[in-house]
Amino acid sequence: MKRDPDKLDRYTAPERVNHWLVAFAFILLALSGLALFHPAFYPLSQLFGGGVWTRILHPFIGVALIFSFGSMFFRFRKLCVLTPSDWEWLRHAREMMGGDDRNMPEAGKLNGGQKLLFWLLAACMTLLVLSGIVMWRAYFSFLFPPAAIRLAAVVHAATGAGMISLIMGHIYLAIWTKESIGAMLYGKVRRAWAKQHHPAWFREMTGGRK
Amino acid sequence: MALQSLDITRRSATTTPSPGQRRTMEVAKLIDVTKCIGCKACQVACMEWNDLRDDVGINHGVLDNPTDLTENSWTVMRYAEVELEPGKLEWLIRKDGCMHCANPGCLKACPAPGAVVQYSNGIVDFHEENCIGCGYCITGCPFNIPRLSQKDSKVYKCTLCSDRVAAGLEPACVKTCPTGAIVFGSKEAMLHHAEERIADLKSRGFAKAGIYDPKGVDGTHVIYVLHHADKPEIYSGLPKDPSIGAMVELWKGATKPLASLALGAVAAGAFIHYVTKGPNEVSEEIEKEFEE
Repeated sequence: MKRDPDKLDRYTAPERVNHWLVAFAFILLALSGLALFHPAFYPLSQLFGGGVWTRILHPFIGVALIFSFGSMFFRFRKLCVLTPSDWEWLRHAREMMGGDDRNMPEAGKLNGGQKLLFWLLAACMTLLVLSGIVMWRAYFSFLFPPAAIRLAAVVHAATGAGMISLIMGHIYLAIWTKESIGAMLYGKVRRAWAKQHHPAWFREMTGGRK
Repeated sequence: MALQSLDITRRSATTTPSPGQRRTMEVAKLIDVTKCIGCKACQVACMEWNDLRDDVGINHGVLDNPTDLTENSWTVMRYAEVELEPGKLEWLIRKDGCMHCANPGCLKACPAPGAVVQYSNGIVDFHEENCIGCGYCITGCPFNIPRLSQKDSKVYKCTLCSDRVAAGLEPACVKTCPTGAIVFGSKEAMLHHAEERIADLKSRGFAKAGIYDPKGVDGTHVIYVLHHADKPEIYSGLPKDPSIGAMVELWKGATKPLASLALGAVAAGAFIHYVTKGPNEVSEEIEKEFEE
């Protein structure tokens, strides 16, 4: 990161650490979950020390994710309330992806897509936790009837795949939008970047000054 | 636990053919419930042959002992007192254990390659070395048979004495049954034997006598002769029409290719988007504005 006193503070250190803890736990969960989901992905279990370790670790990493995402949820839930302008932004998101941002309503600190992702992830996570508890054979499955465990298995697999897709999209958009990974790593962004991608936030932070 | 490996038709979580050069005869164990006296010799023989001892439990006031299958008790006698007609008590005794389905839910559900295998003779066997202890087989089983051991976190169930059968012997329970209620042979011969038994039962007034070889799992390799084949559930909850079920089919069927395809599509879509549209950068106009 180039030192520059003019840069704007975008994410605090605790927010960044929290984000990367969630990211790390999620990647481990996705890899171990895929290993248990489809034989084509079973070799991923080697990353965790074999099939048995994958089975043991996956739910405990899930518990780590509940706490790390839970903390992130309370940090960002107010920031992620969708406003009418955010919905308008989402209606034009297709043009944005096509490279034309002329009709985009001004995004605040987070744009409509980022906010929507937050709520979708929270919903996925809730479903995954609930179904995951029912499927956790070592401690909880004996509390539930077979029909509930079967339903949980389907919900867990489908929601897991949905959530991995969302996160893949999230990672891609971070790669696509240059300098945004730096924002989450170091916490600061250039003023020009802020004005380009989050104009309403830029004005709020600077009063429109350069 | 398999001793042989040349006659495997299916392995869990495996997409390529299994070693199956050797073809074996399809076998079946026939349990004639109408001949069973509930002596539990089969339970003892099962423990003896497999060299397993269950914990000494407590007397629950009924003959069922142990009251359920465990990782050490792969077969148990279940005793039901049923009054189909008032004043006519019937004591229905069923030897419970793995049914060795032709379409096994445990094998379908198992995520660990080769932890569940099906031999060409129809026996469904667990390979505990490959078992990861997730319990998905329990979720997939329509008969609630596999049991997870607290000791080693592996699942256990009746092997139909695959080790004995591979050496040309009959299963231990069959060998020991004093009334001939349990017999073993080719599936064809067992179905033929069952037909004879059913004809005999019908001539004795059991009009609904019949065979239990449920089609919902493509038939089983443990089959029953029941005096009341129209009501299997009165035999301590034998399922009337067992099948793998829509949820497990969905979980282990459509979800797998659909989800894999979806993930592939997201990755491919992202790549194509980047290559065709390029990155989302700060515009020249705004960059100039901020240059002093």
